[in-house]
Amino acid sequence: MSSLPALRGARQGLRTLWRLLRTLSGDDAYERYLRHHAQAHPHEPALSCRAFFAAEQQRKWSGINRCC
Amino acid sequence: MLGRMLGVVLAIGGAFALGGIALHRHEPINALWLIVAGVCIYTLGYRFYAAWITARVFAVDASRATPAERLNNGRDFVPTHRWIVFGHHFAAIAGPGPLVGPTLAAQFGYLPGTLWILIGSVLGGCVQDMTILFLSTRRDGRSLGQMARDELGPFGGFAALIGTLMIMVILIAVLGLVVVNAMKGSPWATFSVFATVPIALLIGVYVRNLRPGRIIEGTIIGVLLLLLGVAGGGWVDQSAGTRALFDMSGPTLAGFVIVYGWVAAVLPVWLLLAPRGYLSTFLKLGVIALLAFAIVVIHPELKMPALTQFIDGSGPIFGGKIFPFVFITIACGSVSGFHALVSSGTTPKLIQNESDVRLVGYGSMALESFVAIMAMIAATLLDPGVYFAINTGAGIAGATPQAAVATISHWGFPVSVAQMQTLAHEMGEHTLFARTGGAPSLAVGMASIFSSTFGRGLLAAWYHFALMFEAVFILTTIDAGTRVGRFMLQDFLGQMWQPLGRTSWYPSVLVTSLLIVAGWGYFLYIGVIDPNGGVNILWPLFGIANQMLAAIALSVATGILVKAGKLRYAWVTAGPLAWLAIITTTAAWQKVVSTDPHLGFFAGAADLAHKLASGALPAASAAVAPKLIFNQRLDGWLTVIFTLIVWFVIVDMVRVTLRCMRGQPQTSSEAPHVPSRLQPAAGGGS
Repeated sequence: MSSLPALRGARQGLRTLWRLLRTLSGDDAYERYLRHHAQAHPHEPALSCRAFFAAEQQRKWSGINRCC
Repeated sequence: MLGRMLGVVLAIGGAFALGGIALHRHEPINALWLIVAGVCIYTLGYRFYAAWITARVFAVDASRATPAERLNNGRDFVPTHRWIVFGHHFAAIAGPGPLVGPTLAAQFGYLPGTLWILIGSVLGGCVQDMTILFLSTRRDGRSLGQMARDELGPFGGFAALIGTLMIMVILIAVLGLVVVNAMKGSPWATFSVFATVPIALLIGVYVRNLRPGRIIEGTIIGVLLLLLGVAGGGWVDQSAGTRALFDMSGPTLAGFVIVYGWVAAVLPVWLLLAPRGYLSTFLKLGVIALLAFAIVVIHPELKMPALTQFIDGSGPIFGGKIFPFVFITIACGSVSGFHALVSSGTTPKLIQNESDVRLVGYGSMALESFVAIMAMIAATLLDPGVYFAINTGAGIAGATPQAAVATISHWGFPVSVAQMQTLAHEMGEHTLFARTGGAPSLAVGMASIFSSTFGRGLLAAWYHFALMFEAVFILTTIDAGTRVGRFMLQDFLGQMWQPLGRTSWYPSVLVTSLLIVAGWGYFLYIGVIDPNGGVNILWPLFGIANQMLAAIALSVATGILVKAGKLRYAWVTAGPLAWLAIITTTAAWQKVVSTDPHLGFFAGAADLAHKLASGALPAASAAVAPKLIFNQRLDGWLTVIFTLIVWFVIVDMVRVTLRCMRGQPQTSSEAPHVPSRLQPAAGGGS
């Protein structure tokens, strides 16, 4: 019984880590976009996942984002 | 109170470690000293100097809305948690530079490079990155070039553009050379590096069409395939038929890299560049963490002396005395002008709160500098004889193993042919003599660290894994750099004839990409045919260019600080600027006027021309000599142009400063103050 809170804590930690990894890698970019879109432009249709990623990759890799 | 106590403890620890490093002069020292000194010094710099700068010099205002908040569009302007921004920014600034520079600078011994990495970053590089990040955040995320134009004038902006374009060309050439030299005559390495291209294409299609947006999934599959590629290389190496297929000469490989660079720059980003970016970021962060862990676990002794006799300028890997060339050779690990381009533009648009600039700007660079320390450890834990045998070009050490071993042992670094053969065999290579460029010797160092931590026996696999790892992010820089160079060129040419500036007009894309690739391809080709390895010429040119870009960035920063009425704090950026101006100008002067053919570009050209005329060169060397002569003269003129551009910018900055001191009215491009409505993040601000 006493190990339950510890287990829960570990699970919580792993979940936070997973969320961090998803944000860092851009894995959850579409979900974040939908949230922003629903809030900022509620009456306009949102892009599809595929269209969003196509535009996102184009934008992300067009500037200086790698260095020596 | 607690902070002060921590500071005292760190100061004592750092002083003790540095003292230990400096005093253990005649016995091998442990790599842990370098790690401890690094951690103490970075923490001191971060907790005290950076905190003071953000509070006093910048007067960071946590209640002020950042561009990410004001202009939030859910795309590039997004308020983002500071640790996420830190991750993005670090992944963007960390490249192959801090791995290669310290490896080459180890020819002076471990001490000079280590001191410059530590001091240069804490007082120079970290400050530059953080200052540019802050200034750009206050200016809606404008780029360095735009800030230079707005604050100094059109000339400053133009100089920043030209400087960036030139350094990009030199940078890609030298990185291409590193990767070609790593693959030359090594079927295993060639196969595993070539395999990265179809793997990236596959992941590109996967993330776009098969499972849209599943980046983590795609990356994991890609990394597994990359490991399979390394294993496959071992298999290719086993049979004579496949060996012959992947056993290529330098010029052939250079041809592949050049064609690859052009194709990669004109293909859509999703197909090759973006997936390669995911893979290289993942590998980079993973390998750096693994390396740090392994170094602490095995804490190897450094076998290289603190100082070698080559501080007098007679070094075999590159010519020039310790001053100024250690400061030129290690650019990216201490001060890198290129970072100013990332710190302005992309990262500021993610900053959620102004107070985050310390962690993101200063902190990322401190970590990058720490990577350079690890590269220094990986280079200096090798037997010095082995280190020099791998890194010295055949033109200097001698063409045969016997001759090379005799030359290097004569320098006082004993090494034998048998020792080199055993090592090459263990690493799964045909030979390790004259494998210049830094990548092979770094891979030998990393392989020995990894195999002693995670079990011996897989030495050859670790070695080729390390080579593949370096190649993956060098190729990412080649793709991304060619593309950025193409954008700049299109922007520039578009001012003369408008259609050329359209980034989606295919004829313009093909032609401008070709021009950029031809620029770096030329330097790469010359480097490959150079019997001295080419890196000895190209790396100093790159170092000078990169440090000069830093001087331009620091000039812009100093000008802005003075205009903002902070003249008495201007030394924060003017100090590093003065130092960079001194070292780059001295280095440029020596590279141009020195009469030593080993050091001066024009002297080298004259010496070669003389030998060619008198018939002293063997037929093979005589055939390429005219190209090498032309190249050395070209390098000399490029150095002159770099120096002039930098001094024009410095003079421009001084002009702005003097006007300001005379009390003439100033304009500022800073965005107006808008109060932030975001809740401060929990635990934020410290």
